Amino acid sequence: MGKKMTIAELRKIREQAKKTINLRDAKGKAKITVHMGTCGIASGAREVMDALLKAIDENGIKDVLVTTSGCAGLCSHEPMATVEFQNSPPVKYVDLDAEKIVEVLLKHAVKGSIVKEYALAIGSEKMN
Amino acid sequence: MKEIALHIQDIAENSIRAGATQLRIHIVEDTERDVLSVHIADNGCGMDEMMLKKALDPFFTTKNVRRVGMGLSLFRQAALRADGSFSIESAPGKGTSLTAEFRHSHFDRQPLGDMAGAIVVLLMSDPELDIDYRHRIDEDEFVFDTKVIRSTLEDVTISEPAVLQFIRELISDRQNLE
Repeated sequence: MGKKMTIAELRKIREQAKKTINLRDAKGKAKITVHMGTCGIASGAREVMDALLKAIDENGIKDVLVTTSGCAGLCSHEPMATVEFQNSPPVKYVDLDAEKIVEVLLKHAVKGSIVKEYALAIGSEKMN
Repeated sequence: MKEIALHIQDIAENSIRAGATQLRIHIVEDTERDVLSVHIADNGCGMDEMMLKKALDPFFTTKNVRRVGMGLSLFRQAALRADGSFSIESAPGKGTSLTAEFRHSHFDRQPLGDMAGAIVVLLMSDPELDIDYRHRIDEDEFVFDTKVIRSTLEDVTISEPAVLQFIRELISDRQNLE
């Protein structure tokens, strides 16, 4: 068992969060959506999500928003995630795992360059 | 699904999509009766009789991105595989509730798995959702209620990374918040 979790502890987190929220709103950068339909969950979306949250924490990334969505209809390519920036088209990544999502986070969401190897398709069909 | 927690997460996503604002997840492990039971109830839009009948059919779905809907049927199958039972009730405007029972010692019963992860992901999906989660192992009951968290948070949202991390540790360690 780790440290004792108390309301007082939660209050500290609240005060800390109030400070950083303003910082984040000012930048408001990338959004990563991890697809969490039945298909996503069954094929490892939770591992992808866990790895993503861990990497965000470890690298002290403050301006990437993480959220979830349902099935996108490409179940055979799950786990999938979508990276969006304001005013540019969203990019869908397919067949992800814990390592790939961290690469997508660091290269695309943080630095802005698309990881072509894992992107669903750029200009041509990839599905059978 | 490798874990019961993943089924629960998956089923609860249906509740969110049904417009639920409150979700109850009660897990009881009764080693004497050799039962692990999972009860999930929401206050979402509910289903009429016809839709309820179809809900367990893997080739029925309310979504239009694909033609199959496996969530409920997979969960039911997992319970039956472990010598258990499955029941679901619903009515329009009244929400949906379901109970899955597993034989605790059954070889094919999946581990409960990472419930902390499941609840954190649900709160990311819908930060407004109220979750009343209880997990009892014989006499030892763990209770987690988002209402308590929210009343402390004031205007900070529950989906703040640091708050979610707090919740994750709280649930993993089964610590009743004091």
